[in-house]
Amino acid sequence: MSSIMQYNGAAIIAMAGKDCIAIASDKRYGIRNQTMGCQMKKIFQVGDKTFVGLTGLATDMQTLDQKFRFRSNMYRLREEREMSTEAFANMVTSLLYEHRFGPYFCEPIVAGLGGEDGKSPFLCGMDLLGAQVRTEDFMVGGDCTEALYGLCESMYRPDLGPDELFEVIAQCLLSGVDRDCLAGWGCVVHVLTPEGVTTRDLKGRMD
Amino acid sequence: MASALDYTLPVGAHGTGAADRLAPQLLDAAPMLPDPSERCPGVEKHVRMLHGTTTLAFKYQGGVVVAVDSRASAGAYIASQTVKKVIEINPFLLGTMAGGAADCSYWERYLGMRCRMFELDQKKRISVAAASKILSNITHSYKGYGLSMGTMICGWDESGPQIYYVDSDGDRLHHHLFSVGSGSTFAYGVLDTGYRYDLTKDEALALAQRSIFAATYRDAYSGGTVRVYHIDQKGWQRMSETDSMELYFKFRQEKA
Repeated sequence: MSSIMQYNGAAIIAMAGKDCIAIASDKRYGIRNQTMGCQMKKIFQVGDKTFVGLTGLATDMQTLDQKFRFRSNMYRLREEREMSTEAFANMVTSLLYEHRFGPYFCEPIVAGLGGEDGKSPFLCGMDLLGAQVRTEDFMVGGDCTEALYGLCESMYRPDLGPDELFEVIAQCLLSGVDRDCLAGWGCVVHVLTPEGVTTRDLKGRMD
Repeated sequence: MASALDYTLPVGAHGTGAADRLAPQLLDAAPMLPDPSERCPGVEKHVRMLHGTTTLAFKYQGGVVVAVDSRASAGAYIASQTVKKVIEINPFLLGTMAGGAADCSYWERYLGMRCRMFELDQKKRISVAAASKILSNITHSYKGYGLSMGTMICGWDESGPQIYYVDSDGDRLHHHLFSVGSGSTFAYGVLDTGYRYDLTKDEALALAQRSIFAATYRDAYSGGTVRVYHIDQKGWQRMSETDSMELYFKFRQEKA
């Protein structure tokens, strides 16, 4: 209960559909039990086709976002092309492992579209030292992962289109955070297709 | 030679009266029952439900208003959003729950029994002072055994409206306004700003509801339904039970 990973609170889900991915987070920023605000950004876009969702300690989330942006911008300048989602995930892993003995208290979830055709979903979760776990269906993170896993396991179906995928991920997250004290207060969902990004804010319980 | 007859009950065990027969070296102030958390690591998660809570009660010119939230949490997990944290002891007495759910519901149920026994014995209703004293005597005798409760005993007796705060440390306080639980600081913020003794009944009920709502919004461990009770010379009445989401949108609209 006094874990540093639960100091601020967060809940994130990423899901793969047919030629699309969705990533969603809650919006609470809290300090232990005290809710300070409900507009917090926990999902960051890196380039055109990659999102990274960060859960854990808020200060490290923001520092990591800045480092990710710096590194991917440097890559773009040097290589004159976008970093692929997979390359980005590997960069995150090595960045986290550089701090093996004094880690950033964040567990990133990387989601994007990649592959030869540029539209195969890529999903990857990590622990705070950078160990990757890649999945084909969904990835959850934050401090109510048991509830989120349960919901995703029962609601997820493969090869959903962007609209259906939005519906599934939104219901999973909204129901999941209703069983968690430290996350909620509204949600945001990003759906990424080869055509672009759709972002929707969801009304959630405010208690 | 030692025999079973030499066995004496340790101090702190109940219903003894054996204290005067004890050898001085046996007089140990530390309780004899082990704390369950010492024997079973992680037990806190399971037996310490309802640690997060917001409850409040205050006296005003029309009587007493009692208001509570309805969330039960175990760690960060929300175990229930529909808990009844007001315990109806008898038609003139209400108790509130904060701390351990089992401790509060068991001992306030027991208090109800003791109050009924008093009525049958004395042929009159028990005063709030006496009822709260029964509870505080219990919590005091169990001090150090790991009970967890912070409760307000509210009611109307011969001397008018009364509120007593009783907790598992053995405290028993008499005052006109209390808030108890993890969200109490948030509730106090609203309550102290809006409180006057000469509030009308509607104002008092609205203030209580607004205060608990503020706590459900700001405190991670409070939420669910806001329940409001009113006590006057005719006894208690349940006034409202409103989902905190409904209140959120109502108050947001009023602000805009």
